[in-house]
Amino acid sequence: MVARNSDGKLVRRPLSPHVQVYRWPLSMALSITHRITGVGLGIGTLLMTAWLLTAATSENGFERFQYFLGSAFGMFLLFGWTVALVFHMMTGLRHLWMDTGHGYEEKQYRNSGIAVLAGTALLTVLIWVFGLIIW
Amino acid sequence: MPGPGQMPHIDMLRSPLGRARGLGSARAGSKHWWAQRLTSIALVPLTLWFIWSILHLTAASHADVSDWLASPVRLALLLALIAATFHHLQLGLQVVIEDYVPQEGVKLAAILAVKGLCILLALICAVSALALGLNS
Repeated sequence: MVARNSDGKLVRRPLSPHVQVYRWPLSMALSITHRITGVGLGIGTLLMTAWLLTAATSENGFERFQYFLGSAFGMFLLFGWTVALVFHMMTGLRHLWMDTGHGYEEKQYRNSGIAVLAGTALLTVLIWVFGLIIW
Repeated sequence: MPGPGQMPHIDMLRSPLGRARGLGSARAGSKHWWAQRLTSIALVPLTLWFIWSILHLTAASHADVSDWLASPVRLALLLALIAATFHHLQLGLQVVIEDYVPQEGVKLAAILAVKGLCILLALICAVSALALGLNS
């Protein structure tokens, strides 16, 4: 890799082994998935924007958008949005906990990762069961 | 390169400050980091409240949404959610772009585009919410 040294001159630096040569531990998968779900949720804000915008502008448009969200594809998007949101929140809480200097022991690190996955599954299912019951 | 016994010197007409500018932390990094954490903490209760609320609006008509937002507390919570969401989003996307886009020009353009889009979407959401809540 070409970079600049502290004098501003171009130097060639060795690259350390990167993503593709490592076995994927849970923590690595959670970390990149946190990022991917973050970007995905960014795209998901378009759903919220469309929902509020159609509600504010036209009754007809809102009914059509609500109908779309109730369709198979709409439900698929909403389910993906729920999983991404809950996962991102769980890994985010884990990050906040680790920001305070806790949970870096190998065992804690792994257990909190498993807790994130279990919590995501549980909360997502709860939200959807509750949502389908009151729908 | 300096020979043996010579003092090291720099063959450049740039001051050390000039070379460092724009490359280092510039003491702005901690503000970004802190804002990301603060918005994430705020988003935990706000998001749970939002999920809870929209679960009750799954089959809502236009009038239902208006009624829901007629409460000033709900409207305020929704505005807080919108602000925190889009602020958090643009901070996060900025880091992603900085990490994966090496070309300075493209990086800058992408970050500006993302920030502009986030502000615009946040405004659309906020104005829509206000229009719904205050008209009902």
